[in-house]
Amino acid sequence: MQQPVDGNAAAGPLAQFFGRDMTAAQGVCAQCGMNGPLGEATVYGPAPGTVLRCPNCDNVLMTLVEAPGRMMAAMPGLSMLETSVQGGR
Amino acid sequence: MAVVSKGFKGRGGHDDRLPPGQYLTTGFPVLSAGPTPRLDTADWTFTLVTEAGRERTWTWDELLDLPQSAPHTDIHCVTGWSKFDTDWQGVSLDVLLDDVDTGAEFAEAYCHGGYTTNLPLADLRDGKAWIAHTFDGDPLTAEHGGPARLLVPHLYFWKSAKWVKGLRLLDRDRPGFWERAGYHNYGDPWREQRYWNS
Repeated sequence: MQQPVDGNAAAGPLAQFFGRDMTAAQGVCAQCGMNGPLGEATVYGPAPGTVLRCPNCDNVLMTLVEAPGRMMAAMPGLSMLETSVQGGR
Repeated sequence: MAVVSKGFKGRGGHDDRLPPGQYLTTGFPVLSAGPTPRLDTADWTFTLVTEAGRERTWTWDELLDLPQSAPHTDIHCVTGWSKFDTDWQGVSLDVLLDDVDTGAEFAEAYCHGGYTTNLPLADLRDGKAWIAHTFDGDPLTAEHGGPARLLVPHLYFWKSAKWVKGLRLLDRDRPGFWERAGYHNYGDPWREQRYWNS
């Protein structure tokens, strides 16, 4: 049967899309409200896309699809995503 | 997976059966967006919901009592592999839609685990789609969508939804799981409709 791949399997596609490491970014699940770093999501893929699911309730937090020369990210199950920024206020 | 061919170009073989950008495999790769549901046929049902909200549900035994078909077909996955001469058994959507009163133009297959996929209702009629429960003579395994999956082989295989639970007939199109996530809304392998906006 298809098993989830290691959580950090999403690190590559996430970095490719956001242009930086996103495994420490904190997300909130829109279904159950649990929060945690994206690197701890349950991951399926990478084909036909990388799917990040909530480790608590299995809700699909985010998908990343790679096409020639472009990437598509969907965040159907993240109510919030937080990441550190340079400088700040 | 066992890659057999990149297309046999110029050898008069498979070009007319292999859509553009596809390669031939003899394996049957398993791709999944989530955990594999373990379903018992004892409490399995398939439900058809019309755009007016009328429902019709078949149990496993009722499905098997309907007229059965044995489609022999090629299948094409959007990730690039194609598999020739696959043998299935199941019930044609023509049988399930036979006396259903509907003016809907679209359909959404919904599945155990939350997966959905959308397609025009016309693509489910006229001998083009089945609820398949048997592959190569054996009950369809859970990893390939068993006990039953939608089989719509003229479209990329993500449309052939695993672990299918029902079909909603809709007046308006409603993009499914991968169709919302960047894949093509229709997915014709012969027009290489892999991704949205292409």
